[in-house]
Amino acid sequence: MKPGAPVLLSVAVIGAVIVGLQSGATWLAPSDVIAALADPMAPGAAIVRGLRLPRVLLAFLVGGSLAVTGAALQALVRNPLADPYLLGISGGAGLGAVIAMALGSGGVFAVPLAAFAGALIAVGLVYRLSAVGGRPLDTNVLLLAGVVIGAFTGAVMSGILAVSDASQLRSAVNWLMGGFGSAGWSTVGAFTAYAVLPLAVLWSTGRALDLLTLGDEPAMHLGADVERTKRIAYFCASLLTAASVAACGIVGFVGLVVPHAIRRIATPLHRELLPMAFMAGGAFLVLADALARTVVRPIELPVGVVTALVGVPVFAVLLRKTLR
Amino acid sequence: MILESMGVVVRYPGAADDALGGVSFTLRAGEIVSVVGPNGGGKSTLLRALLGAQSLRAGTVRLMDRDITTWSRAEVAQQVGVVVQQEEPAPGLRVTEAVLFGRYARLSPLASPSAADHAAVHRALERADVVHLRDRFVTQLSGGEWQRVRLARALAQEPRALVLDEPTSALDVRHEMELFELVAALRADGLGCLVITHRLNLAARYADRLVLLHRGRVVAEGTPTSVLVRQRLSEVFEWPVAVTTWCDGAPQVVPLRPGEEPQSSAHPRPQAPESK
Repeated sequence: MKPGAPVLLSVAVIGAVIVGLQSGATWLAPSDVIAALADPMAPGAAIVRGLRLPRVLLAFLVGGSLAVTGAALQALVRNPLADPYLLGISGGAGLGAVIAMALGSGGVFAVPLAAFAGALIAVGLVYRLSAVGGRPLDTNVLLLAGVVIGAFTGAVMSGILAVSDASQLRSAVNWLMGGFGSAGWSTVGAFTAYAVLPLAVLWSTGRALDLLTLGDEPAMHLGADVERTKRIAYFCASLLTAASVAACGIVGFVGLVVPHAIRRIATPLHRELLPMAFMAGGAFLVLADALARTVVRPIELPVGVVTALVGVPVFAVLLRKTLR
Repeated sequence: MILESMGVVVRYPGAADDALGGVSFTLRAGEIVSVVGPNGGGKSTLLRALLGAQSLRAGTVRLMDRDITTWSRAEVAQQVGVVVQQEEPAPGLRVTEAVLFGRYARLSPLASPSAADHAAVHRALERADVVHLRDRFVTQLSGGEWQRVRLARALAQEPRALVLDEPTSALDVRHEMELFELVAALRADGLGCLVITHRLNLAARYADRLVLLHRGRVVAEGTPTSVLVRQRLSEVFEWPVAVTTWCDGAPQVVPLRPGEEPQSSAHPRPQAPESK
């Protein structure tokens, strides 16, 4: 690992959080933000502490979780293109959440649970589809199965939305497009409750993930319990994806671009890669959300639009560098 | 006895025949055993069975006199280092990091590598003669260098036995010989070495024992001279061969061209090394 990388990342995180707290309907100077954080009686304190801080925190936690999920999936599938979306996990989570909302059982904890159930079912289906006849999983077939399941869940979601009534439709569509507009301290709390354990577990399997990037056979001979590691990691990835989708809808490209960048810039070793991807993914989504709020003020863009607009060119550049 | 199998039978789901039809095998410390035989003869299946990676229909495999099924993967990795036939170098990984992977089986999930682990990595780099490559990316290595780095990784496991599956299939003469010389040196260190190879002539010169595997059964086992017999090889490989003797006494196998007589070429005088 390059020695300066963690320092640079910490600076980036602090900078992103400050920019995130500055951005919104009214633009605050950095000094105002710091004053508001230090003193609850400061002029901007109500906005910064009550509205923007939970939003920035949620964006940071979700971005970090998506990046960690992407990093773990890329190791499992041994393919830099793997992320929760390509593998159909987000689709499953989204469908679960849409069904919960359509049944009118929305809530900070019910929607994530339904999303988690959907994500697990999607992972199970992808696994079954790609492991026909008990043969070992083929990476390409796995990705293909993920795309198929993703397309299927998308179709069912559209079907459910088409038969929903107008008010349900609007809230569901707003949520699906992705955004942190409704973020409050309760969402932050619920997300943290769901995310802490899978994040810790994924980090503790970091060395096994290192070995899995070599392929199942070398990993096994170096002492990794391959099937167990995969089960644990898919389970944690499903939990994190579900929590993220429930908190802010479907946000793409964080799980794809961020781990890829950290792998190239800093380290391929997961015990260091996962925490760094968490920080970078968090900073990335905080900045994307700040852009989404300000770029066509007063209208808020869905944050997924921004991550795609930024993520695709970055990804293209990285891809070219990889090929060169 | 490091590794021992008794009457191992393996049949893959849906297959009509046994992939292994009752194979017994032993590997002791300080010997090189080479498993040879035609493609599809069961070499890879035997390797998987010996490493506890293959469920058996019958028979047992014992590692250090304990049933292999009672060992965890990490425990097996502390006893046996394996260099598999094919492994793509992982992008972004440096040689030292790759060789440190050999220590993972000895690390608890939350512990960091200790000074002892780094010392073991250094010893392994030295033994495999790749110290000068330590800071290179594994994707920048030549085929021969990558093979030695993988061997160094297996040595960093500090195993009692080394298993090499077709270790020289992609190497030129020099790199092939360097690798076999290294294996011979490791035998002298007391390691048990199991080498699966198609290189009959190198197996004959380096191995203490050969195991000839054909259609899932051991056709012959013993010293190279007792196993590499013309009639037997011609039948097993379904191609006429002649067997000659190199000046160190090792039998050498020469496949014949159509029309060549095994009798006429059975005892050519080997070209002796030039003496000064």
